[in-house]
Amino acid sequence: MLPELGQILLVTALLMALLQTVLPLWGAQRNRAAWMAVARPAAYAQLGLLLGAFAVLTAAFVTQDFSVRYVAENSNSLLPMAYRYSAVWGAHEGSLLLWALVLALWCGAVALWSKRLPAQVAARVLGVLGIISIGFLAFLIFTSNPFARLIPAPLEGRDLNPLLQDPGLIIHPPMLYIGYVGFAVPFAFAIAALLEGRVDARWLRWTRPWTNVAWGFLTLGIALGSWWAYYELGWGGWWFWDPVENASFMPWLAGAALIHSQAVTEKRGSFAGWTLLLAIAAFALSLLGTFLVRSGVLTSVHSFAADPARGTFILIFLALVIGGALLLYVLRAGALGSDDPRRGFMPTSRETLLLANNLLLAAACGMVLLGTLYPLLADALGLGKVSVGPPYFGTLFVVLMAPLVALLPFGPLVNWQRDQASRALAMLAPWAVLAVLLGVIAYFMAPQGALKTAAGVTGAAWVMLGTARFAWTRLRGNGRFTAEMIGMLLGHGGLAVFLAGALLVEALNVQREVAMAPGQTLEIGHYAVRFEGVDHQQGPNYVADRGHVRVRYRDRALALLHPEKRQYASGGQTMTEAGIHARLSGDVYVALGESLGNNAWAVRVHIKPFVRWIWLGALLMALGGFVTAADRRFRRP
Amino acid sequence: MPMPRLSRPPRPDRYRGLRGLVLAALLGLSAVALAQAVSDPTPLQYRNAAEEARFHALAAELRCVQCQNQSLADSNAQIAHDLRREVLVLMQQGNSDAQIKQFLVARYGEFVLYRPVMDARNALLWFGPLLALLGGAGVLAWVVRRRSRQIQPMDDNEARW
Amino acid sequence: MSDPQPTPSRPLPPVAIVIGVLFFFGLLGLMVYGVMKSGAPDRDVLPSALIGKPAPAFELPVLHDPQIRVGSDELRGAPYVLNVWGSWCAACREEHPILTRFAETKRVRVIGYNWKDEPADALRWLEQLGNPFVLVLSDIEGRTAIDWGVTAAPETFLVDGSGVVRWKYSGALTQRVIDTQLVPELEKIERAHADASPVPPAAP
Repeated sequence: MLPELGQILLVTALLMALLQTVLPLWGAQRNRAAWMAVARPAAYAQLGLLLGAFAVLTAAFVTQDFSVRYVAENSNSLLPMAYRYSAVWGAHEGSLLLWALVLALWCGAVALWSKRLPAQVAARVLGVLGIISIGFLAFLIFTSNPFARLIPAPLEGRDLNPLLQDPGLIIHPPMLYIGYVGFAVPFAFAIAALLEGRVDARWLRWTRPWTNVAWGFLTLGIALGSWWAYYELGWGGWWFWDPVENASFMPWLAGAALIHSQAVTEKRGSFAGWTLLLAIAAFALSLLGTFLVRSGVLTSVHSFAADPARGTFILIFLALVIGGALLLYVLRAGALGSDDPRRGFMPTSRETLLLANNLLLAAACGMVLLGTLYPLLADALGLGKVSVGPPYFGTLFVVLMAPLVALLPFGPLVNWQRDQASRALAMLAPWAVLAVLLGVIAYFMAPQGALKTAAGVTGAAWVMLGTARFAWTRLRGNGRFTAEMIGMLLGHGGLAVFLAGALLVEALNVQREVAMAPGQTLEIGHYAVRFEGVDHQQGPNYVADRGHVRVRYRDRALALLHPEKRQYASGGQTMTEAGIHARLSGDVYVALGESLGNNAWAVRVHIKPFVRWIWLGALLMALGGFVTAADRRFRRP
Repeated sequence: MPMPRLSRPPRPDRYRGLRGLVLAALLGLSAVALAQAVSDPTPLQYRNAAEEARFHALAAELRCVQCQNQSLADSNAQIAHDLRREVLVLMQQGNSDAQIKQFLVARYGEFVLYRPVMDARNALLWFGPLLALLGGAGVLAWVVRRRSRQIQPMDDNEARW
Repeated sequence: MSDPQPTPSRPLPPVAIVIGVLFFFGLLGLMVYGVMKSGAPDRDVLPSALIGKPAPAFELPVLHDPQIRVGSDELRGAPYVLNVWGSWCAACREEHPILTRFAETKRVRVIGYNWKDEPADALRWLEQLGNPFVLVLSDIEGRTAIDWGVTAAPETFLVDGSGVVRWKYSGALTQRVIDTQLVPELEKIERAHADASPVPPAAP
């Protein structure tokens, strides 16, 4: 009975989405206040209905109603309670419902905080968001119904994929979706601007907070995914350039370009065309990513089960929405750009630097897209089966990002419109020298991977010191920092921390895999890892071989770790749970290999210096996005 | 987001034993179904740290031929175990990285390389992004040149930062 | 900076529009191709790198009598089907009846390749299910399988009389695969052989 209620709620939500779209958009076109006023209540209604539908599906999981096919495929009577809640978004149908719910949450937020917007703008923004809602709700109802029944109901469900039975699943998808889906808001604002035929500073003051918050959440979501993969998959990698990971990284890169382009357009009025295009591109990449992950077009451990029918649906929707947006852009954007002399600038100016920033981020985004789709392209052109993996992405990404890292500290220091190169160079030159010096020292101190270590130290130090130079200049000036400036400091500082972590862990990580009997010790650098044996443990829905590993550092006790090898009852899948001791200076990461008989085991030990800096840096960047959005300038009328 | 309150009594303790039995039974069944191929689980023996590092670097560049996008280093598939062993043997026999890659390509095709071959076929892949960057830089130069032709200086009351 | 009506507008450069349109439709086309291909059941299958090339040279013990070793040279002269299997492989069990039915037609030699298996387990498996193979080679370590480009079991190869690999299939054989792929390829071999030499070859 309850699942059918869920279906009714979904259909009603679709009707609300239709109301949210048709009347307000038409009303904005004809300036009919009554029709435009339908947008807000419709958005709230849609949100309420989807919250209800989501609650119904959650209840089905919690009560283990195996007559619902989605529950039967993703749950099991032994599944612990916490994972019954998160299993709701463990597979395609449920995660799509989450997508629709998150979109409805953004619509509700926009409805709530858009009182200052002119009625026409608010109606158009909510209307465009409504179009997206219609698409996803229709997709849910017609091809991916989470409430479909399975008759006769099985006695036992198939179980949630053991890889997903982990706290990471509880937080990573919601954060990721909030960011991913959030780019629909700047997209809607861009369409509204094109429809209205005007982009002014006011428009940007409305759009920028939404964009920064969405980007911040996406940063968090990606970082959480990376952290989760690191400790869950058992071999210590933190980024694999997997197609599904790339699908979330591309909108992030476009979003990073967008937030900077918006800053220029707000303060100087220039690049309006680029800003609108980036807003369309960022959301287009979000939709493309959603398509790639769910259509079965690309092969990945992460992707949902392939279904060409679903793929076709999303593709048509994607083509219509983005094609329509781009058509509108081509027709209307010309009216926005102009050669207004007030917007002119010299080659040495912040405008040029931010244009270069956009170019480099766009090139990186394009490179990731090319690499991800190239195997498919090669197949289509009959060039055979080609693999494109981390060696490609890693190499080209570093090549494209190196100029960006080199130019980054100049951005905040160089003036708008016209500046002298010598001024900024004089301010930053000493810090560049210091950064290089630190790199040279690191080069000679590094036990291995000297060049990468030096590059990491120099790059991170350069960005950090250059950013600090700006803060110092500001302090010596009027000493006032706007939230936007603090956001920038956090964002760029976070990038420096991330850069250090990423390059240093790649350069300095040590990995050994050896056969160990109880009582044996493995020496790695200054660490002594002593294997003390394995015993049996029983979990709620698995049995485990639980290892005891004692780690000492420089002859002082550091940690007692418990790597496990779990066998889950349903399907007998074997999962490796690593034992990790985390410190800011590095992780000790221990995983069990195979049993070798006689109580001996193959044990894999990784020492990963500075790996936590990767996620710390991402956290700082996300915080930067949120702090920027709180700037008072956006609350001006 | 408030969760609906469930009006079910908490699970009584006497079911715990039953759950344990169910668990054991399910595991027993799955153990029977999981016969394993012959495989030597002992870790690979490297002659020195340099060889180990070289091995890991090379294995990361090779693709597991049977998995959904995993490197040879990371995969737990049966064939991945065998191929890792083979790669180490080849390495210890004195083959260079290029020769080992050629050995695997002859047997499994270019699919096994995570770093695509840099030849005419893959020109778009390797040189496309850089060419696009150069093209973009040209556009950028054009835009900057055009914008710098006519400049009306900023007012004092405009945003300074 | 709220502005008055925008100064004379500048339309988008036509070059940009053309590039954009080409890119959009190109990407769309590629996605359509991807969706169409994603429905095919063999989309993840790796095509063999050995097609058209000589089968790898090998010398492996016979399962039923490990003292006897058979080399790749000894198998030349007539085509043969090589089926890679193991007693631990569930899908091999599934294809066994179909393979047996094909072997009974005696159209071509069907040789078994026991991969990464304990000989005792393999012999027991053949006893239980029946032995369709004219000969079973044993590769316990899996070294030679790498030369054949084997990725998983079951896999089946067709090798012609001169020792060239002509066809490979990954996965459990079905009657449909045999009828639509294996037999036509076999016919090609037989026709080429009949054209080349009207005299029947020496028996293997």
